[in-house]
Amino acid sequence: MRKIESVSDLEKWKENILKKQQQYEMVLSVCGGTGCHAYGCKKVRDQFAKALGKSSNRKVRLRFTGCRGLCERGPIVTIQPQGIFYQRVQEKDVPLILSETVGKGKILDHLLYDDSVTKRKVNSEKEIPFYKAQNRLVLGNNGLLEPTKIEDYIAVGGYHALAKALLNMGPEQIIDEVKASGLRGRGGAGFPTGKKWEDCRRAPGDIKYIVCNCDEGDPGAYMDRSLLEGNPHSVLEGMIIGAYAIGGSHGYIYVRHEYPLASKNAETAIIQARKAGLLGKDILGSGFGFDVEIAKGGGAFVCGESTALIASIEGRVGEPRSKQIHTVEQGLWGKPTNLNNVETWANVPLIIKEGSEWFSSIGTERSKGTKIFSLVGKVKNTGLVEVPMGITLKKIIFEIGGGQQDGKRIKAVQTGGPSGGCIPASLFDLPVDFDSLTGVGSMMGSGGMIVMDEGTCMVDVAKYFVHFLQEESCGKCLPCREGLKRMGEILDNIAEGKGDEESLSLLEELAEVVADTSLCGLGKTAANPVLSALRYFRPEFEAHIRQRRCPAVVCTSLIQYSISEADCTGCGACAKVCPIQAITGEKKKSHRIHLDLCSKCGSCKDVCKSSAVTVQ
Amino acid sequence: MERKTVNVTIDGRSLEVAERSTLLEAAHEFGIHIPTVCYMKNLTPYGGCRICVVEIGYEGGGKNFVDTSCTREVREGMVIQTKSPRIIRARKMLAELLVASAPNVKMAQDIAARMGLLKVRFPMEDNRCILCGLCIRMCYEQMDGRALGFAGRGMDRKVSMPFQVRPETCRLCRGCDYVCPGMIAPCPGVKEPAELCGRCVRMDEMPACCPTGTFGCFCEQNPL
Repeated sequence: MRKIESVSDLEKWKENILKKQQQYEMVLSVCGGTGCHAYGCKKVRDQFAKALGKSSNRKVRLRFTGCRGLCERGPIVTIQPQGIFYQRVQEKDVPLILSETVGKGKILDHLLYDDSVTKRKVNSEKEIPFYKAQNRLVLGNNGLLEPTKIEDYIAVGGYHALAKALLNMGPEQIIDEVKASGLRGRGGAGFPTGKKWEDCRRAPGDIKYIVCNCDEGDPGAYMDRSLLEGNPHSVLEGMIIGAYAIGGSHGYIYVRHEYPLASKNAETAIIQARKAGLLGKDILGSGFGFDVEIAKGGGAFVCGESTALIASIEGRVGEPRSKQIHTVEQGLWGKPTNLNNVETWANVPLIIKEGSEWFSSIGTERSKGTKIFSLVGKVKNTGLVEVPMGITLKKIIFEIGGGQQDGKRIKAVQTGGPSGGCIPASLFDLPVDFDSLTGVGSMMGSGGMIVMDEGTCMVDVAKYFVHFLQEESCGKCLPCREGLKRMGEILDNIAEGKGDEESLSLLEELAEVVADTSLCGLGKTAANPVLSALRYFRPEFEAHIRQRRCPAVVCTSLIQYSISEADCTGCGACAKVCPIQAITGEKKKSHRIHLDLCSKCGSCKDVCKSSAVTVQ
Repeated sequence: MERKTVNVTIDGRSLEVAERSTLLEAAHEFGIHIPTVCYMKNLTPYGGCRICVVEIGYEGGGKNFVDTSCTREVREGMVIQTKSPRIIRARKMLAELLVASAPNVKMAQDIAARMGLLKVRFPMEDNRCILCGLCIRMCYEQMDGRALGFAGRGMDRKVSMPFQVRPETCRLCRGCDYVCPGMIAPCPGVKEPAELCGRCVRMDEMPACCPTGTFGCFCEQNPL
């Protein structure tokens, strides 16, 4: 690879790459996202590579892409240019795909997506309802490129926004463009990005730092990870444009060490960009120089907070400080520092390329563009979805997510991770944007979306999040350290049926004070899961306290397993599976659970074929 | 050289205070009491105990917010309330959390008493360290010892020497002991190991001087 020194070089390079790509008649893309990795996509890829390596067919290109979004149906294999979409591909399907689809052009029925509503098999990605309602501006390229190949990114028009910004626009002009686009920080708080850049540009200082925050710690959220894994160059391009606009000379990508693939792909991208002359001195002959390096974090949730993250990069303990002086004035090593989320950076090239007018035409009045959510929990299609701001929760959950999973009615959705709140089904017509979500006591957060059905106990959910935050609190300030511990204790008591009316009001008061007085964002939002659960699901808490009953049959202290004599066939399956031999009974006669022994694991209920095991 | 000042309002009083001073310094200068735990003059403000929170707003509206007075600096046109209902409620709860975790530390009992706390609704523990970080700052900033630091995260947080071994930089000056609130046990009025003291400010015994008769009014008759 030779150094790119001008725009014409970049154009020439792109043409060459496209010419090279034209020699392939077919592109086989195997999804290499996090979800598909868990399903064993690597084996599928290796199998393809082996088979293709053996055959004389040099017209097929194998691509190992980033996350495609529909993680529920992984591993996903797509075939271009026909646009065939295969899901749940196993190793054994590989020879079949190669001989039938690649060889003869026949579509394999059993690997196609089965639409549960229309009961029809769907051939291509575009027709799948999961993708139809989405607007995949940022994530869309994930399926078209191999994250470890800069050529793929150049071929889809990558680094052209950078060329435009560096050579045709001044720094102020870029900032004005970002401001006009209405882009707001995707990390959760929703601070206007252009305003932040402007403040950082204006802050006095010879050295300015640019930081990309990929310390994603929300349980059940993985959009930043998938973006950095699947399309690291788009993040890098955004950072270079930002650095030029702000006047930054050095950048960091802060990745938690639990994301080895993300940091590896980002590292590769940085090396490739350096070789191509897109990082380093005199980028594209503009005279502007900028370089990026990876900073690995230990994986603390609190390090997602900007001041704690900066402390962590500096090598100190990841603890937040008082934010009276903003990081744009005094951040990393006391220098002005501009910190944005992965997704925010990835949006920047789009804005520069297509213009602010186009970007601001998407979304609502105060929230522009699209947002990636990781839709998980009790829906049919879990995965990463990218939707325009202002879409309703109903559309995301029922249209894209496919609705309820196994017969239980959906009752709430938890947005924003541990800092967000639960939104009940009655508010599902709510448009998803920064302000509406905050208005109902939740928040956008970085984009976690956990769907809950009637089998989820809200006391249990609140307990889970409070204990998570209690573990992750740095312990510096009293309300967060002690307050969360006490909130956890109260919730434990309620879940065990030991709570009283007073504990509910104490919990509420404590939650409000913790939110009011905590030092950083972790504590300030820690009360949201509890307060929103109390606001919308108070009867559930009261059932735990007054009737000592868990309506969702989740809290183990309040439930009891029993075998109905009428239904029991005496097969003995439950007795066999019980880990502590708490079930006795003669063969072909009704069995009995000894309640004093029962550990309430629920194995008997899962194994019983005649549904004789009941739980109350 | 002329001393630069800014105009702020603290509890309804318009005051002129030195630029770059913190809210706590400004309030103390004019005799307005704000209780503190982790603050000590001549040590860097830490903002950990949050007891010194005040409600801050600006002239001309905007939403009021809560922040620690020891870390926040004064700005022109700031309107500060040190005893608003929101602050009293927060401080009382913080005092309750503090005293529940360390009932045998005099400072915790004193703060609780000052807030007029009658009952602790949490199970009492018996920690001697309240993690105020005074010893660490004393050692680092005043004695140049650098022998102490925080170890662990969240509930496991504790003050520790590097790898639990006394480093050579520690000269046994005992500056840490000197500033430690945990070194002073509560008054002998406390009989049980985890009892709430503060009898002196119980409601029925409170002198009639308090105009509002509410708890936590920091009535001048009950100096700490």
